[in-house]
Amino acid sequence: MLLLKNINKSYKVGKGSLHVLKNVQMEVKEGELISIMGSSGSGKSTLLNIMGILDDYDSGEYYIDNTLIKNLSQKQAAQYRNRFLGFVFQSFNLLPFKNAMENVALPLYYQKVGRRERNKIAVEYLDKVGLKAWAEHLPTELSGGQKQRVAIARALIAQPKVILADEPTGALDTTTSLEVMDLFKQVNKEGITIIIVTHERDIAALTQRTIFLKDGVIESHDHSFA
Amino acid sequence: MFDIDKWQEIFLSIKQHKIRSILTAIGIFWGIFMLIVMLGMGNGLKRGSEYNFRDDAVNSIWVSPGTTKKPYKGLPPGRRIQMTIDDFNRVDEMEAVDKGTPRNNLSGNFTVKHKQKTSSFDVRATYPDHQYIENTIMVNGRFLNDMDIKEKRQVAVIGETVVDDLYENIEDREAAIGTYISIQNLPYKVVGVFTDTGGERELRKIYIPYSTANQIYNYKNRVNRMMFTADEEDVEASKKLTKEIQAQLASVHNFDPSDKNAVFIRNNIENFERFMALFGAIEIIIWIVGIFTLLAGIIGVGNIMLIIVKERTKEIGVRKALGATPWSIVSLILQESIFITSVAGYFGLVAGIGVLELINSFLKASPGSFFRDPTIDFRVAVIATIILVICGGLAGLVPALKAARVNPVVAMRDE
Repeated sequence: MLLLKNINKSYKVGKGSLHVLKNVQMEVKEGELISIMGSSGSGKSTLLNIMGILDDYDSGEYYIDNTLIKNLSQKQAAQYRNRFLGFVFQSFNLLPFKNAMENVALPLYYQKVGRRERNKIAVEYLDKVGLKAWAEHLPTELSGGQKQRVAIARALIAQPKVILADEPTGALDTTTSLEVMDLFKQVNKEGITIIIVTHERDIAALTQRTIFLKDGVIESHDHSFA
Repeated sequence: MFDIDKWQEIFLSIKQHKIRSILTAIGIFWGIFMLIVMLGMGNGLKRGSEYNFRDDAVNSIWVSPGTTKKPYKGLPPGRRIQMTIDDFNRVDEMEAVDKGTPRNNLSGNFTVKHKQKTSSFDVRATYPDHQYIENTIMVNGRFLNDMDIKEKRQVAVIGETVVDDLYENIEDREAAIGTYISIQNLPYKVVGVFTDTGGERELRKIYIPYSTANQIYNYKNRVNRMMFTADEEDVEASKKLTKEIQAQLASVHNFDPSDKNAVFIRNNIENFERFMALFGAIEIIIWIVGIFTLLAGIIGVGNIMLIIVKERTKEIGVRKALGATPWSIVSLILQESIFITSVAGYFGLVAGIGVLELINSFLKASPGSFFRDPTIDFRVAVIATIILVICGGLAGLVPALKAARVNPVVAMRDE
């Protein structure tokens, strides 16, 4: 589903440059639920940016579902993001002035789906994450776990092939974290590939395999993380 | 443009930042308001002066006698020049002259009487052409004609105010026609009633034939003022005619043709052109000042939009991650800025025009001579509005492009 071949990325820092990702090789198969671990500064975010088509890379090749993602115009990048990818973030990033239903419906707005239609679909997805009753509530009226479930519903609504989750449990307590992970597993069972970036071992342990990233290099693929 | 969701978000954004949005709007409002009011005032001044000129034919040339200041052919300076009807006839026959009339005012203290009522008015002895030179508009009857001059008839053409003052219970001014008024105890038959754009003073005039006055008051062909219009409404042609008249009078009355004090020749078209040039310059200044005032407002909008983009960085990042195209972000910011400028500009426009109309209604109630009809035409208003909308767009463009460049991951991590 995701294929990264010899991905290199460096940033200019002052006069020199910082080589963040070094020949990253990585494959994620369709229907996998994997985690990426690494300390801060390991290149996790950069990798996520590239996988999320939020940033370009310097050399190598990156395929999503056999489509080469390289040198895209901003508009194309936006369209691919919208079609292939769903995002879940640590700080939920719900728009504070929109209610749960409107937040969930937002990706469909960018697909130019009519208002009535997309709100209907949004309620269906909220139902899936168990928050149908909260459809009309603003994010400030929801708990952290509820917010993240709304965010997951939002990531799912455009029926993406891959969900990229950046520290999805970072702001949640243990119980809620486990609930969210259960939800991810449930979504994964429906056939959606999920990549979770985390620094929590017990969260990584709940995925099928973990990729360790250190100083821009993939250290190991661990399939039997315990 | 007619995306309901986008508009909802724009209204929401404005609603959430009421004070900021209102202050921005005031900047624009003030800019366009000042531009409109100043343009209107400039127009008022211009129209006021145009109006003053309108009383007299724009291309008229007035000649009045003076006293020589330069010695000439052995004659000493200080001689009074007295024009006569012969001088008038010679100038009137010039090719470049269209209309012409002598004009003597009846001198001394006298009253004008009709039946029991008495009042004092200016009496002018002229030729029929005077009607065109001073733009006299007939209400009833006729102005003086060639037969009046030829037969030295005792007839009079009177202003509307003269009728009001001398006639009792006159509903219809036409009733004055055919009646008699007495000037210095001599009866004159009223043949016409007129009105004049020159205001109240002009309506207190009485016109009688020059030839009649010449005989009755023993002018001995003396003429106190001559008035002409040039054949062409052209500054150069009328300047040339002015010189010809000066030369003509100089040769007959033996004075230096370059002596500006021997006779005074007022060339209205020259004055008119000079005034119009002055007002043209004033108008340019008004536009410059107005546009810079507006510019200050527009820069304000640009500033505010930059702050808005800064504040909404995270939101823009989220939108981009969810598939917002750069253009959808740009248009969101642009529309908000154009919306604020357009609405504020529209109100500024309406308020400006309102103030001008208010001033105009006061002026109509008590007409001043130098200031008149301070309104702007619809075309200028439309142009100003279009400029405003374009500027609103420009003001929003830089912040909008900045918004479109937001890096989603960085923006969203930014707590």
